[in-house]
Amino acid sequence: MQGTLDQAPSQPIASKQRSSIDWRPYLLVAPQTITFLFALVLPILAIFTISFWNFNGFTSVPGFTLNNYLGIFSSPVYLKTYLNTFKFAFLVWLVCVLISYPVAYYLAFRIKNSKWQTIWFLICTVPFLTSNIIRMISWIPFLGREGLINKALMGLHLTNQPVEMFLFSDFSVVLAMVHLYALFMVAPIFNSMMRIDRALIAAAEDLGASAFEIQKRIILPLAAPGVAIGTIFVVTLVMGEFATMRLMSGGKASSVGYLIKNQIDSLQYPMAAANAVVLLAITLMIVFGILRIVDIRKQI
Amino acid sequence: MSRINRRSFIQGGLAVGAAIAATRCSAPISQAPSGTPNNPAQAPEINSNRIKDVVIRTVGTGAAQSNDIRDQAEKDLGFKINMRALSTAEVIQIGITQPKQYDIWDGEFFALPLVIPSGNLQALDVKKLKQFDAVTPIFTTGELAPGARVNSSQGTAPRKVMFLKDQNSIEFATSPTDWATIVPYQFGADTLGYRPDLVGRKIESWAELFNPEFRGKTSLLDIPSIGIMDAAMITEAQGLMTFEDKGNMTREEMDKVAKILIEQKQAGQFRAFWKSFDESVNFMSSGEVILQSMWSPAVAAVKSRGLPCVYAPLKEGYRGWGGGMGLSKNLSGIQLDAAYEYLNWVLDGWIGSFLIRQGFYSATPTTARKFMKSEEWDFWYDGKQAAIDIVDPYGKKIESIGAVRDGGGFNERVSNIVCWNSFMKEQVYLVYKWTEFVVA
Repeated sequence: MQGTLDQAPSQPIASKQRSSIDWRPYLLVAPQTITFLFALVLPILAIFTISFWNFNGFTSVPGFTLNNYLGIFSSPVYLKTYLNTFKFAFLVWLVCVLISYPVAYYLAFRIKNSKWQTIWFLICTVPFLTSNIIRMISWIPFLGREGLINKALMGLHLTNQPVEMFLFSDFSVVLAMVHLYALFMVAPIFNSMMRIDRALIAAAEDLGASAFEIQKRIILPLAAPGVAIGTIFVVTLVMGEFATMRLMSGGKASSVGYLIKNQIDSLQYPMAAANAVVLLAITLMIVFGILRIVDIRKQI
Repeated sequence: MSRINRRSFIQGGLAVGAAIAATRCSAPISQAPSGTPNNPAQAPEINSNRIKDVVIRTVGTGAAQSNDIRDQAEKDLGFKINMRALSTAEVIQIGITQPKQYDIWDGEFFALPLVIPSGNLQALDVKKLKQFDAVTPIFTTGELAPGARVNSSQGTAPRKVMFLKDQNSIEFATSPTDWATIVPYQFGADTLGYRPDLVGRKIESWAELFNPEFRGKTSLLDIPSIGIMDAAMITEAQGLMTFEDKGNMTREEMDKVAKILIEQKQAGQFRAFWKSFDESVNFMSSGEVILQSMWSPAVAAVKSRGLPCVYAPLKEGYRGWGGGMGLSKNLSGIQLDAAYEYLNWVLDGWIGSFLIRQGFYSATPTTARKFMKSEEWDFWYDGKQAAIDIVDPYGKKIESIGAVRDGGGFNERVSNIVCWNSFMKEQVYLVYKWTEFVVA
């Protein structure tokens, strides 16, 4: 970034400077560029190419066919899988916002001491010190038929039968995903809120605005970019999910990620690639949609 | 000043990074197993002295990629063995797409219609396999005993993919030849497992999995090609359907099975589905599920937690599977000799005794027997009451004196294999229908 800005004004006198172009900025960005090229751009191009190949039942055959895509768009089963993925992305996003906004607000505005702010924020990150899989699996003995919650409910005589919907249901999937991804929402909202000029709130209070009015007209609009960044994180993570979906639904619900995994396991690479391309396109559209609404560059 | 510091810091960091990258990149070359392109094997004339420097790399599923097996093999053979334990699907993928990643491919028979056409495995010279005669006829001719149900079993039965037409062929031979695809070493007869304490009675038919009595407490295997065969066993047992070949279903049959599965799912018959061995063990031992399709070592694992678990003998018979080891086409010279030595070691029986004690069957029972106590053999193979406490390969007690193996002796069990894990022609449609079932 710095490099291109430096170059721009020197354009008119380029002839003088041509011999002594400063290569250092290019060298500095080179490792990252090369990594992205080989680890991101090339694999995506490969996936894109393979998505047009044929599959003869045994192996992938190079060629050009649109059947893989037509299959996706003409099948009620795949349509349902995509809708299911959107449903979970929306539910997880909604719960994440509802939980993260108050948490971030509390951290940013209610805790006045910056040392304690840091400490509390670090406490929020403690669950993230263990792996995703462990955090997810640890819910299973907790929610199961013989699990802690059901034992407690039955011990308190609140229910006679164990509640089955706690585990291997949509509920357990959303619960585990919220647990896994809520911090990705808390952090950017907290970041946005910390940038809000406290004088604005003092002024609003002096003018007699109610707490609700302050939320509505000052904090929420100014924290919106944080919500937008958090949304991008959460939505992209959930859209690509397959492990949580499988384990927490007990294999009873599916997502596009899990569909792709099943297709790869059956060596149906062209269909898996076509699904990956469609999923990527949809996710990118969501991200660009969000970026059009909110200018997140201000936040970085 | 600070700017200069930052610059020099970054430059220093880059230098360090480059150094790390350089060593990282060069490291694998110096460590590459000999015989691979990065580190070619030594000339063949010093073979006999050099075999101890050989490293044989295997890829396979969990069962035989265990440290105990590796240690014993290294001790007996004198060269090094590197094992990679992967999922069934990964083993097939690597078999087909990355032939340079392995010397020995340890996979299942039903994968051979996929792996053999890739040309990545070399035909095995049966004459070089000293104890190949000891392989049970289930794999070679398919005939176990006159009139046994297994003789006419459906699906990708090992006998159908055991031999190649000749050394350079990728076509399966219908009767034994001198060129084998893989060396069989383990197989099993899968069936339903249940918790007798929670079920309260004997389970004797596949149809019980769809019995409303167990609503919300059953589970099915979530691997499409195997799960649909279990579903087929159930619908056939219920009298709802009959199949020409459960191992190679038509689209209409798949449609029908999927429809029944979806009805059962929506009625709440299933608690969950399992994909990995340990998931099935956890479902069963936590009591979430009391009746499900299961693998033999999973039943042993539930029992070793002190919980009763029965691997049900079912009147309709069992779904069989078999595994074996093949050689990469890239092997030659001393590497190839060492790989054949390993295969001969596998046929020699130690590994068979190890797997039998986990509830698998050895493909070479006569050689495995040498490594077992006669009381162990009687329990595991002859279906007799245990005369001593039965221990697993790690020395942990799993059955007490007087216990009898579920499903009885070997002949009783194995002759009732009615279908085998399969690769179906309509595999694409199968995965599609399975997806429909999962999202329903």
